[in-house]
Amino acid sequence: MTKNIRIIPRLDIKGPNLVKGIHLEGLRVLGKPEDFARFYYENGADELIYMDVVASLYNRNSLHDIINKTAQEIFIPLTVGGGLRTIEDIRSVLRAGADKVSLNTAAIRNPNFIHEASRIFGSSTIIVTIEAIKQPNGEYFAYIDNGREYTGIEVSFWAKQVEQLGAGEILLTSVDRDGTGAGYDLDLVKTVSELVSIPVIASGGPGKIEDIKQVVTEGYADAVAIASMLHYDAIKYLESNLDSFVEGNVEFLKSGRILTKFEPVSLPSIKKYLVNQGVQCRFAN
Amino acid sequence: MLMFNLDENQVAIIDYGMGNLFNVQRACAKVGLRSVITADKNVIMQSNGVILPGVGAFGDAIANLKRLDLIGLIREQISRNIPFLGVCLGMQLLMTESEEFGGHKGFDIIRGRVVKFNNSDQRNPMIKVPHVGWNRILFKKNQSMNLGDSVLQDISNGEYMYFVHSYYPVPEDDAVTVTTTCYEGIEYCSSLSRGSVFAVQFHPEKSGLEGLKVYENWANKVNQYEELKHK
Repeated sequence: MTKNIRIIPRLDIKGPNLVKGIHLEGLRVLGKPEDFARFYYENGADELIYMDVVASLYNRNSLHDIINKTAQEIFIPLTVGGGLRTIEDIRSVLRAGADKVSLNTAAIRNPNFIHEASRIFGSSTIIVTIEAIKQPNGEYFAYIDNGREYTGIEVSFWAKQVEQLGAGEILLTSVDRDGTGAGYDLDLVKTVSELVSIPVIASGGPGKIEDIKQVVTEGYADAVAIASMLHYDAIKYLESNLDSFVEGNVEFLKSGRILTKFEPVSLPSIKKYLVNQGVQCRFAN
Repeated sequence: MLMFNLDENQVAIIDYGMGNLFNVQRACAKVGLRSVITADKNVIMQSNGVILPGVGAFGDAIANLKRLDLIGLIREQISRNIPFLGVCLGMQLLMTESEEFGGHKGFDIIRGRVVKFNNSDQRNPMIKVPHVGWNRILFKKNQSMNLGDSVLQDISNGEYMYFVHSYYPVPEDDAVTVTTTCYEGIEYCSSLSRGSVFAVQFHPEKSGLEGLKVYENWANKVNQYEELKHK
């Protein structure tokens, strides 16, 4: 294998703030997304994902401001997702500075949207997010609206369709594992990654460094999205001015606690570990 | 007034409806290179450098360039030795032809074909296409001697750059190849140079500080060209 695995910090954004929840819910404020983004860029992130987790159409301008600030100073690929419903929505975030967009709800409601968007902007610009929840019978179903709304669509079926419609990548999020630190859902990732020939980004669940290696070697992920583990490390180096947060749940930030189910870890440590374990990635000694 | 415009917009980033050009412009701005995103023939003719970026389908790209009547103009600019930078699809378009969906003719400035990563290969059924991510660029041995003047000067052999592509160029004349890159066992040409033309399969504007060096070096070429022109 001569392929470099991408390590992608995932920044969930609500209004002007970086947040993190559990199962995509119960959002805590961690800081300013642009500060974390710059920190990750300087520490060797391969790409960045900005996910507008409340799909705040009413607050879209603040997302555009954050994208714009980021794009001025950060020269690695930036994917933006959350609440993109129309070709014009996509055009406007690309214009603000995103390189790729991720689609979920609008794509499930109208699969042809994927086809149309990939024709206009190129396949490599269009990532489809699949939010998967395991059913009691073991099947995985795709959900929309941050894992809140059931669709009845089976994940494997949808993944294959997404590929055929022209998506360039799949961002595969396990809603069950998101924010839990219990590790990636290996069965889910392996099933989808073996099924499609486009790259799959595994998301949701890593709590320790071994989880990251495992989803690559056993789940065949082409890239990994990481949130809590990186954020709880970065937060130690980033000064947050608590008074500057005008909205959101900042109790966690004030408490100064770190959740014990996550091993805070830096990007260089992850990459060094992976290279030592025989997993290739972009890593400058 | 014309001189003023020309001075303001030193290089033309060709806008032919293929992909996100704003981040190419941001990279130019970061290295102090004035640029304009344009499909206007006069602006392109008067520029001191041409960047042809682009992502997407080869056939659509050629069709758009034909509709905008820009192919002859770009060829003419290249024949006048204006600094030219092709990025990703903008590199592939320089080739003779592409095998994409039945075959399309390119600019034929660099002789050779554009071919697809083969993921129906029995030996390697797991190969993911497009090739997305960071990969090393390796200088060809006979090239490393004369890199002092190259757009890749001061970039280390084996440096990582960011790639997104399903197709890659295969130049007939191996001497145009500056670097190669290896993806899943396939070694291909990842940058090439001939005369005032420099082209890269990767995205220097998305390749961090090392990628910005490509724009910085290319900006120096543009400045040299501009100085010569005014002499």
